[in-house]
Amino acid sequence: MADWKKLCTLEEIPRLGSRVVKSPKGDIAVFRTAEDEVFALHDKCPHKGGPLSQGLVAGKVVTCPMHSWKIQLESGEAVAPDVGCAHSFAVKLEGGAVWIAL
Amino acid sequence: MKKLKLVMIGNGMAGCRTLEELIKLAPEMYDITVFGAEPHPNYNRILLSPVLAGETKFEDIVLNDLDWYRDNGITLHAGKQVVKIDRKAQKVIAADGTEAQYDRLLLATGSSPFILPVPGNDLPGVIGYRDIADTETMIETAKTHRHAVVIGAGLLGLEAANGLKLRGMDVTVVHLADWIMERQLDGTAAGLLQKSLEDKGLKFLLGKQTEMLKPASDGRVGAVRFKDGGEIPADLVVMAAGIKPNVALAKSALLHCNRGIVVSDTMQTYDPKIYAVGECAEHRGVAYGLVAPLFEQAKVCANHLAQMGIGHYGGSVTSTKLKVTGIDVFSAGNFMGGEDCEEITLSDPTGGVYKKLVIQGDQLAGAVLYGDTADGAWYFQLLKDRQSVAGIRDHLMFGQNHVGDVGHAGQNKAAAMPDDAEVCGCNGVCKGDIVKAIKTHGLFTLDDVRKHTKASSSCGSCTGLVEQIIASTVGGAYQPADTKDKPVCGCTEHSHASVRAAIRDKKLLSIPAVMQALDWKTPNGCATCRPALNYYLISSWPKEAEDDPQSRLINERAHANIQKDGTFSVVPRMWGGLTTPAELRVIADVAEKYQVPTVKMTGGARVDLLGIKKGDLPKVWEDLGKAGLVSGHAYGKSIRTVKTCVGAEHCRFGTQLSMNMGVKLEKMLFGMWAPHKVKLAVSGCPRNCAEAGIKDVGVIGVDSGYELYIAGNGGIKTEVAEFMCKVKSDEEVLEYSGAFLQLYREEAWYLERTCHYVARVGLDYVKSIVVEDAARRKELYERLLFSLQDYEDPWANAVKQPREYTALEAN
Repeated sequence: MADWKKLCTLEEIPRLGSRVVKSPKGDIAVFRTAEDEVFALHDKCPHKGGPLSQGLVAGKVVTCPMHSWKIQLESGEAVAPDVGCAHSFAVKLEGGAVWIAL
Repeated sequence: MKKLKLVMIGNGMAGCRTLEELIKLAPEMYDITVFGAEPHPNYNRILLSPVLAGETKFEDIVLNDLDWYRDNGITLHAGKQVVKIDRKAQKVIAADGTEAQYDRLLLATGSSPFILPVPGNDLPGVIGYRDIADTETMIETAKTHRHAVVIGAGLLGLEAANGLKLRGMDVTVVHLADWIMERQLDGTAAGLLQKSLEDKGLKFLLGKQTEMLKPASDGRVGAVRFKDGGEIPADLVVMAAGIKPNVALAKSALLHCNRGIVVSDTMQTYDPKIYAVGECAEHRGVAYGLVAPLFEQAKVCANHLAQMGIGHYGGSVTSTKLKVTGIDVFSAGNFMGGEDCEEITLSDPTGGVYKKLVIQGDQLAGAVLYGDTADGAWYFQLLKDRQSVAGIRDHLMFGQNHVGDVGHAGQNKAAAMPDDAEVCGCNGVCKGDIVKAIKTHGLFTLDDVRKHTKASSSCGSCTGLVEQIIASTVGGAYQPADTKDKPVCGCTEHSHASVRAAIRDKKLLSIPAVMQALDWKTPNGCATCRPALNYYLISSWPKEAEDDPQSRLINERAHANIQKDGTFSVVPRMWGGLTTPAELRVIADVAEKYQVPTVKMTGGARVDLLGIKKGDLPKVWEDLGKAGLVSGHAYGKSIRTVKTCVGAEHCRFGTQLSMNMGVKLEKMLFGMWAPHKVKLAVSGCPRNCAEAGIKDVGVIGVDSGYELYIAGNGGIKTEVAEFMCKVKSDEEVLEYSGAFLQLYREEAWYLERTCHYVARVGLDYVKSIVVEDAARRKELYERLLFSLQDYEDPWANAVKQPREYTALEAN
């Protein structure tokens, strides 16, 4: 069973930005797109472990700050031709609050 | 919505490239059907020569395998030749009766070898050199027969001859002209080339006209007879005397054809529903017999098929490179020269090197290189860009400064490197990896190679080498990147120059406004264009445009440098490199309090505190700020440091107060964002202990004032700064340096260092504004001071708003 945890309000995540969440499962990056969609990925790039939370968000993709791999926010998959996947977590918005399933 | 029907005739490189581009732009627009006369999927025709030579296998040169057609929902009729286009009914009919309806038709029928109209040209054993079947025939014939004759000593003929020789045949090349490759080489280079091919065992008969091909007793070809009466034995004759576009089908459909199918700048034929690309098309009177132009044609054609309606093809400048292992020859443009052309030549027959550059006006018009083609890609770029070479004429012959100094063990000639030599020292990519990727993935451009191999994608020092490797692997199909009007990134067609102009002329003040005004293709850009746009906005409209932190990369957003483990480094500013015991005490206290694992001096002679957790940054800055220490901007595309020597304050040789001058400069420039990082130095005498000769602005004190040097660089490629002017007073140092830096800030492209900017616009141009035009200098200087006034320490601001630095909890 998914264990839903309340994180913050949507406004506490900058638009086209992210916040780091400390969790028992390690650091998680929570992203907010321009359309106010929210996604969560394990905060480690599949390439060399760079913190994806520190990357630049555009569309539904984050560019890793270390070596510019592009990671898709929905699936955690790297954009081709790079190959790799960051674990993704379910998130939901309820009444302006952001929830995450751990 | 019902999909439109696109039919393509011809399953070669030009057509498939167009489909690839089209699928990228409009994946859902068409149902696509492809007819190909050959029973193979699309393969890389230019690599047939290495297949013949036994250096590559056919499987390795397939560009689009059958899965590609299936994955993209393309119906492929391989081995079916279209015999009729019914324009009225908008359908095509193949020889076996297969029909396909079209809304749009793409003709990519390619070309065929020109077969000499001589008796015997239809005998068994007489072939052209065009496709897999020809290649297989040659390989098989070489196993059982001895004498091969290649008619035509052009690129293809020589590659065929070389391959047949390597397959064990006795090969004679027959050529009508007086020297080989006369369409690509001058007589001197051709002579050198012929000699090295003769050393490999090839025989040449020049100035010979073929009269007839005589049959042997078994009915296949047996000999070639010439007009002058001579005769040589031939078990195999390869016709390589040119190609002719395949226009028969188009002609039968009454489409307007000359040599090729006539197309407009949008690759459209006279029937607006029908397009043509590649070797079958004739554009502005030229039917290209090379692969390179098709990439541009494919792009334009796909754009119009996708109904986007922008982009036009303006013709191509082509280059030639012979793909014969061990022989290096390159030519491009007007290599023969002529009236109102000048030639610069370098000839070293013993060393086997010959180079000729043809110059017309102040531009490079053509080049022939033999023996050392390392700079071919650069010359081709200069040709293509029509860049003025007036300023570099004296060293043009000696090649480019494109290859960096470090990271590839001093190598500057890719051809001389073994496969296991490391080309890219950042990402550990060897030459063999790059060659393999080029062949297996069908790569033709630097960008493609960067994506697939990562070579040259980090510091860029090896870019020139990678370009050489692409050029030597794919030969004349290599297209240098369009540096002049290159789009900022995949999100737009606009170049840096046109984006800058639009922001200035339309007074655009935010990133969404720019993207809307310039029809950005992506909703919020990408990690390449957003930082560039943000810089252009704040530099064009200081105090008016929004500075968007989410469009800055992490270092500038966090005001610290991210390290490989995700921690950050902090470098407090020390004006002119000066500090005090009090400051050092605070730094020491901070280092202990936050358990900073590493303390070192930076290259710019400042203290670096490495390994600080992001959450601690605001606390560190608060502590440092209490002692008056502010951000050192070691993380930014901005002013970094002004390095100084001791100067006349203490030094017995000093002529000027260099420390004082350095502090003044650094205080003036505090908070200056720039296209790239900016480093200065001030030395108090010509001994130049501050190393001002490799700085963006270097100031050297002399007894009578200061010498100002600009556009130096100590990084990837060491560039010695160039002398700009001499000034008398401290105030003039500030004004001239400031004006130069403001010019750079206003005109350079994002991520262009001063050395690259000045190389692009020319030192004379910079001087004409900064040195010779007092009014413009003052305006520039004032604009710089205006944009820098009231700049606040970003660390102090971050201490007040620490959200960026604090993590959330989920427990």
